[in-house]
Amino acid sequence: MATTLLEVDGLTRRFGGFLALDRVTLHVKAGERFGLIGPNGSGKTTLINCVSGALATDGGRILFEGRDITTMPAHQRTRLGIVRSFQIPKPFTSMTVLENLGIPLEYAAPARSHGTSATAEATDILRVIGLEAKAHLRPAGLTQIEMRKLELARAMAARPKLLISDEAMAGLSSAEVDDILAILFRLNEQGITIIMIEHIMRAVMRFSERVVVLDAGNRIAEGTSEEIVRNPAVEKAYLGE
Amino acid sequence: MFSWDLLANAVVAGILLGGFYAAVSLGVSLTFGLLDVVNIAQPAFVILGAYAAYVMNSSFGLDPILTGLLFTPFFYVLGAVVYRIYYASFERRGDESLRGLVFFFGLLFIIEVSLSLTYGVDYRLVEAAYIGKSIDLGGVGIAFRLLVPCLVGLAMTLALYLFLSRTFYGRAVMGVSQDRVALRLMGANPVRIKTIAFGIGIAAASLSGALLITIAPVVPSTDRDYIGRVFAITVLGGLGSIGGTLAASIILGVAESLMATFFGPSWSLAVSFGILLLALAVRPAGLFGR
Amino acid sequence: MKTGGALVVAVAVIGGGILLAGLRVNPYLYFAGYVVLQYVVIATAWNILGGYAGYVNFGTPAFFALGAYTAIFLIEAFKAPLPVLILAGGLVSALLGLGIGYLTLRLKGVFFSIATLALSVVLQTLIINWDYVGGAKGFTLIRPSAPFFGNWGTLLFTVMVGLAVVAVLVARSIERSWIGRGLAALRDNEEAAECMGVPTLRLKLFATTISGFFLGVAGAPFPYYVTYVEPSSAFNLDYAVNALAMPMIGGTTTWIGPVIGAVLLGTAQQVATVTISSEMNLLVVGVVLVLFVVLAPEGITGLARRLRGR
Repeated sequence: MATTLLEVDGLTRRFGGFLALDRVTLHVKAGERFGLIGPNGSGKTTLINCVSGALATDGGRILFEGRDITTMPAHQRTRLGIVRSFQIPKPFTSMTVLENLGIPLEYAAPARSHGTSATAEATDILRVIGLEAKAHLRPAGLTQIEMRKLELARAMAARPKLLISDEAMAGLSSAEVDDILAILFRLNEQGITIIMIEHIMRAVMRFSERVVVLDAGNRIAEGTSEEIVRNPAVEKAYLGE
Repeated sequence: MFSWDLLANAVVAGILLGGFYAAVSLGVSLTFGLLDVVNIAQPAFVILGAYAAYVMNSSFGLDPILTGLLFTPFFYVLGAVVYRIYYASFERRGDESLRGLVFFFGLLFIIEVSLSLTYGVDYRLVEAAYIGKSIDLGGVGIAFRLLVPCLVGLAMTLALYLFLSRTFYGRAVMGVSQDRVALRLMGANPVRIKTIAFGIGIAAASLSGALLITIAPVVPSTDRDYIGRVFAITVLGGLGSIGGTLAASIILGVAESLMATFFGPSWSLAVSFGILLLALAVRPAGLFGR
Repeated sequence: MKTGGALVVAVAVIGGGILLAGLRVNPYLYFAGYVVLQYVVIATAWNILGGYAGYVNFGTPAFFALGAYTAIFLIEAFKAPLPVLILAGGLVSALLGLGIGYLTLRLKGVFFSIATLALSVVLQTLIINWDYVGGAKGFTLIRPSAPFFGNWGTLLFTVMVGLAVVAVLVARSIERSWIGRGLAALRDNEEAAECMGVPTLRLKLFATTISGFFLGVAGAPFPYYVTYVEPSSAFNLDYAVNALAMPMIGGTTTWIGPVIGAVLLGTAQQVATVTISSEMNLLVVGVVLVLFVVLAPEGITGLARRLRGR
């Protein structure tokens, strides 16, 4: 019986008069591949920002491994194992690719490390993700997909228990999407719980064991990929009335 | 010692001062509040305007407010040029924060020192028909040298408000501050819009400077007194809110006036700083913030 | 260069300084040297927050003067000796840094800068109204006879050599440590750094405190150096501009930048004050600063790196 890793309970967030999240509730089980979809502006990124600690909440609770983290600062959540990648990559521009990974290895991971050298571990991650050749380049010298991979590699270096991938595949070619997908599958096999936010439907549907759909700050559907695809409410949310 | 008369005079003077402070702060409200460009050099442009008024007044006897209006186009062009340099050097590279700030500080500095070299450190003032006169309303004396700048300041505030809400370019400026992508889809060029807006912000300094030297004599270092004031007003009023700027200006004006009347004039600068820190600590979004 | 090597160089520099002091060359050189070394401390201190963390402090005069006036207070109240003055000046300015930081660093970086901009003017007003430390009239110090060198000029020069070496060593060790890497991450992208486990608020507060400390340390010997302190000299705008210009021109990412900037600009200004007015001097610094910021933002060290092909 899989345990609940992340529990979001009645989460609410406003921006001035605009209600971005309206008492959203969901659970993610340990080791699960979880998809979060919804039309633009439905609140997916806001939800992720609240879970990762980048935004404060206006109501509700967030529990991780049974522990209430609702008011915990973001960097502490990362140390607990909640790691997110950014939709628009935010690399550390003055550092090399290797050094970029050094930061989470040094700051987020040490509490859970098992003694290998940081450089060796960073190089391993780069090898898995396919960026080994660029280890000593600055982010300015990377292509779009390489930047996305760096974003993912950096998240991996933080030794996540829960990895939140925020539209890592937007704008990529079909082959590149498969590339990233393979990496995510592999991470999941290692035991990492993954929440995927994506617009590329075939990727989300193939990847997710369970999917939750948001629309205008509300959870409107939940189920397996097949169930969601056949759900009329979901179709309406995406295509309009 | 306290008297109602003294209090009334202080409050009225403060309100009038507030109207003037609004004029000085409009430029920053526009550039920092709406465009997100931290133009800390604004007070220096205001002093530049003050000296322009001084030169025209002492050489040709021109009324300072007239000078302020006359020089507005030059200041507009200056503002547009400064923004273009800023954009090309920093905004495009995404380097705004550290280097952009230093850039504006450098400008502030260069303007102040250049004025110092050209005009020395003696106090400069202007003479006009209405300076020195005052009227008496029910026991409260209202000096024209405060009243006229206040009225002009209110007019400027209203003009800017109307511009932002009623004209195409004004609404485009509001749009730029909220959603750059939508603006591009509308067919407007955000850089061009920001250039215009920045130009207007600096142009406002021309007239505000004239008002400044009407109220009191100036030296090149007077700009430093206004840095704290202007940002206290902008933060307290809420970034991007013209109405907020006016309200905050009056609050600050009254607070300073009361402080000066009952505790001595040298503490008035501490008031703006205190308000700034308080606003930042308690409600950084300001009274009317977005 | 490993830490051991750095310490050897440091000791050598201090030794060299003492030797120079003992040589008793033209006393003016010691005064000029003191000013340049003082700027090494100031520029290095500024850069810990400005260059490493990316937070711009426009209120250097406030921190510097607070160090000087803390010293004056302790001289008046306790006739405290120089080492105590230096330590106390540093601690009080460190507290100021911590205080301003605590109030503003949880907001966008620009608010910190705005607060420091207003800080100097306000602090100056407070000092002007405080007669115990001389107020507007100023404070006159009657120095006892100088220990060691028998001459305050050379003694203060040596003290400043020591302070400069300490400041640079501290900056260097911060830069190379995990703290320095965390600061660089938060400078590059604060949001990403926080999400990668970097405790950004704590590191920022650390940087403002250390930066404030060394700015206060630079200011504490000032009463002994000039013997007559009035607010306008302690709060001089020179410090604000130079604290910015020296690291920006020298290069902000490493400890060498502020040193190069301080030595180059400081020496140039010392030479120039003889020939041109001090205001013209300031104007030139301002113009050079703006030119560098626009055209060569990585400073001299950045240009050197580019030439070497990295």
